[in-house]
Amino acid sequence: MDAVITTVQSTLTRHQNEKRALIAILQDIQAEYNFLPREALEFVAKSLGVPLIDVIGVATFYRAFSLKPRGRHLVTVCLGTACHVRGGPKILSEFVKKLAISPGDTTKDKHFTLETVACLGCCAIGPVVVVDGNYYAHTTIRKVDSIVRKYAKKRVKK
Amino acid sequence: MIELKLNGLNVKAEEGWTLLETARFYGLEIPTLCYNEGLSVFGGCRLCLVEIGEGPKARLVSSCTYPAEEGLVVRTDTKRVIEARRMMIELMVSIAPNSKKIQDLASKFNVTQVRFKVRNEECVLCGLCVRMCAEQMDGRAIGFQNRGYKKKISTPFDLRSEECRQCGGCIYICPVCQLRCQGPEADTTLCNACLTMDPTCLDHYDELQCWMYDAGRCGTCVREK
Repeated sequence: MDAVITTVQSTLTRHQNEKRALIAILQDIQAEYNFLPREALEFVAKSLGVPLIDVIGVATFYRAFSLKPRGRHLVTVCLGTACHVRGGPKILSEFVKKLAISPGDTTKDKHFTLETVACLGCCAIGPVVVVDGNYYAHTTIRKVDSIVRKYAKKRVKK
Repeated sequence: MIELKLNGLNVKAEEGWTLLETARFYGLEIPTLCYNEGLSVFGGCRLCLVEIGEGPKARLVSSCTYPAEEGLVVRTDTKRVIEARRMMIELMVSIAPNSKKIQDLASKFNVTQVRFKVRNEECVLCGLCVRMCAEQMDGRAIGFQNRGYKKKISTPFDLRSEECRQCGGCIYICPVCQLRCQGPEADTTLCNACLTMDPTCLDHYDELQCWMYDAGRCGTCVREK
C-alpha cells in the first residue's frame, strides 16, 4: 500500500498541505482510484492535522465520493419523480438483471458500477441514464442492452 | 444591556445571551434535548422553538441559537409553538420509543398519539455525543456520517477508533441510550405513565394564561379536566 501513500503524498504537496483544500484533495484521490482507499483517508487526516472522523464525514457526505471501490464504468439511473413516472424503476430493474448486481454495487470483474440518483435536472429528456457522463435520453428497456454492450469489455480477438 | 419583550414583559438580557438563556434567566422552562450548557449549541432538536415578531411576520426560531436582540418580541408558549414542539416530540418518540427522556417529554407535553411508523432506531441524531467527545473529552472519535435519511453517528469505518479512550462521555450524555423507559410496548409506543400535563387554557386562548406552566407546575386547571 506504499504506492497509495506516495500518490496521496504528491496530491497533498500539490495542494500545499492546506486544510481548506480537503475536498479538492479527496476529489483528486477519487479521480485517481475511482474510490477513496482507507489508507489514503488516514494519511490525508494525519498529514492535514484534521481528525479522521471529519475527513470521513466529508467523504461520506458527498455523492461524488465513494468509500467502496467503483468499477470502470459508472451507470447512473435517474429515479427522480419525472423519470419515475416514465418508467425509471423498470429501467433500473433491467440493468439489475443485465449486470446481475443491485444498485450501489459493482460487478465482480470491476467493470460496471450501478447507482441511482434522485434527479439530474433534465426531466424533459427522462427517463435518463448516465454512463460516465454521457446522457442517454428517453431510455427504454430495449435500449438498456445496447447501452450495456457499448461499454462492455472489448473481447480480445484470438 | 439588551431590552426585549418576553411573553409580554419587558426584560433585559446581557450582550451575547441567546433567547434560551434569557428565558431561563427569567425562570421560563423551555424544553430542550440537544442543548447542554457545557457544549456548543446545535439547534437540532427544535424543542426550544419560540415565536418571534408579531402578526403575519411572526415566525418560529430555535431559542438556543437565536441571539437576544434589542426590541425583539418573543413569545415562548403560543399555540403554534406548543404544536410545533409536540410534533417534534412525536417524531422523536417514533424514532426512539425506549428513551425515558423522550417519553417524559411526551408525557409532559401531552403527546397522546404517534402517527408515524415506529423505527426503534435508538438515535435521534441530537449530536450531543459528538460534541461531548470533541469539546469536553478532546477525543474526536465519533462524528456524523452520510447524509439525509442515511445519516448516522459512528466511528471511522465503524471500527474502534484510535482516538477513543473509552471514557464513556458519549453514553453518559446520550438522551436515548442511558435511561431506558420500560413502559412502551409494541402496540402502544407511548408510555405516558410518569406524568401528564396539559395546559387546558390553550383550548380557550391562543397563549398560556400564566407562568406556572413554564415553571413546570401547571396545576389546577389541568387536574379539573
